[in-house]
Amino acid sequence: MRLFVPLFMTFICGMIIILQFFVPHRPFSTLGERLTDWYMIVASAAIFLGAVNLLQVHSARIRFRQKNWQYSPVVIGGFLVMMAAGFGWGVADGKPFDWMFQTMVVPMGATMFSLLAFFVASAAFRAFRSSNWRATLLLVSAFIVMLGRVPIGDVIWRLIPGAAASSHPNLVNEIAEWIMQVPNMAGQRAVMIGASLGVVATSLRMIFGIERSYLGGSD
Amino acid sequence: MRIASIAPLLLWTLAVAQVSAPPGLASGPGTQPGAADSCSGCPAAAGCLTCAAPPAAATARLLDISAADVPNDVGGAVELAWTMSEEGVPADSVQVLRSAAGAEPEEAGWILPAAGSWADEGLRDGVEYTYTLVPWAGGVAGAPAGSASVVPAASWFHMGRLGMFILLTILTLVILAYIERAKRGHKLYVREIAGISAVDDAVGRATEMGRPILYIPGIMDMDDIQTIASMVILGRVASKTAEYGANLLVPNTRSVVMSVAQEVVKEAYLAAGRPDAYRRENINYLTDDQFGYAAGVDGIMVRQRPAAIFLLGTFYAESLILAETGKSVGAIQIAGTAMVSQLPFFIAACDYTLIGEELFAASAYLSHEPKLLGSLKGQDAAKLVIMILILLGVAAATLGTAWPPAAKAADFLRLLTHVD
Repeated sequence: MRLFVPLFMTFICGMIIILQFFVPHRPFSTLGERLTDWYMIVASAAIFLGAVNLLQVHSARIRFRQKNWQYSPVVIGGFLVMMAAGFGWGVADGKPFDWMFQTMVVPMGATMFSLLAFFVASAAFRAFRSSNWRATLLLVSAFIVMLGRVPIGDVIWRLIPGAAASSHPNLVNEIAEWIMQVPNMAGQRAVMIGASLGVVATSLRMIFGIERSYLGGSD
Repeated sequence: MRIASIAPLLLWTLAVAQVSAPPGLASGPGTQPGAADSCSGCPAAAGCLTCAAPPAAATARLLDISAADVPNDVGGAVELAWTMSEEGVPADSVQVLRSAAGAEPEEAGWILPAAGSWADEGLRDGVEYTYTLVPWAGGVAGAPAGSASVVPAASWFHMGRLGMFILLTILTLVILAYIERAKRGHKLYVREIAGISAVDDAVGRATEMGRPILYIPGIMDMDDIQTIASMVILGRVASKTAEYGANLLVPNTRSVVMSVAQEVVKEAYLAAGRPDAYRRENINYLTDDQFGYAAGVDGIMVRQRPAAIFLLGTFYAESLILAETGKSVGAIQIAGTAMVSQLPFFIAACDYTLIGEELFAASAYLSHEPKLLGSLKGQDAAKLVIMILILLGVAAATLGTAWPPAAKAADFLRLLTHVD
């Protein structure tokens, strides 16, 4: 019974979602939307679980003076201040919650995002450094694509005598576009087709109860 | 001087306003007494500002009026279509009159004649509706252009998705056939996937080093199939950490995912006979914010220095931030996602990367269960079917430029793989 109920529910919900894609007639058309609505309600209610977990974990760290516990008061303080501002004055534009969000949360997020530039540089350096032919191919194609994406690529090309008057005055850009649209797109589509098949197979395994590891057992 | 210069513009604006005023608002002829003589035989359709001629009723005809049920819908909708003749006085708007099952006609809407089609919604299925189109010009109704009848109905099957239904059925049958084969004890060969084979090594390494294992299930919620696949793999990884006695950390960006992860890990520890080793506080919620989560996980990596990091699920811009930080702390990293734009980052920064379908195959591969391996074989067979279809499509489309039967075959394949 412990296994049967969740497996039965998975089967019913999975079949409803599949049927509503192929059968526009009621009740299938509305059942899919209804299930999505239910999920949204459950997810909204679960935010409370996340908040409680956050408070529990960090309170315990402070109480037991666990390693790096000094960060926990900052987390709890930030959480409580934001919550109080939201409940006290609302979340409309210009209110304290919005002010804190716009002047603290957004810049901090932007700071994290901007780190990406440095991480891209270090990852690219490592990827291009490998001394095999695949890494060299990657380096050459990446160099052409980068050059083709900025105006200076074609400016350099046109410095070659006769290039500007040729039938391909924007050759670097054209090659970059070809790399992106042909070999790159073919690879991306291959991955997407494979992933889609994987999605179908995973869904079937779960709908038919063949995959049960998420229930804690395989039998 | 200035007034004189804008006077023609004002006159023109008034004329346009008069001509384009909607029915009911257009109040009749434009009047400029005394100007009639100079404007005899005025061809203006909607009343002339220069002469006193009244607006003429629309005489241009609406042809080929048809009404049809909207296909592949939930019902209660029909679509009208028509064409306009270019002769006579053109209509500036069309009034749609609707009568249900012989009842008195009622106004259903006003439309532009050039639109050529119009959809009416909110109708009752199974009731016959008759639509009459009345052309209007300058606020004067012309003779009804004709009528058409239709009975709206809901569709029991979306014909635009027939091809996908056929493909999905074939795929399902192939997968189920291979599962059945595996159940009967047939030996199935599944190629080795390096990233999945390295899971044991990663868990073992963390255990030996006495450092934790960090499992990151992506940043999407439980309605994302990659997160679901990640939870399934988490169950397998948790079984191994329970068996080896390693410390497993699972920071989450969604509350629902956290709850599911807690249950999955708890069940795995129970199944492994190590419920005492399960630490609920290790599967915790950080934040819903994308970069807040990245910052939080980076902090965990730098402070706790995990020996093994699993990045399995849906990732966006935070993928490289996480993977590079993991690399900097010297952890063995196994990543997997079906997000094509993030795969290069994982390949550059991680030791092993599960590409697309491998993420979905990981759980089956780790289990070594014949039934699950059978589904993997079925998936491969389905891939072969897709490859054959692609090759046939390319060949047919290429030959079709010179040989019509091949073009027909290409059209059929396009129809088969098209999803409306």
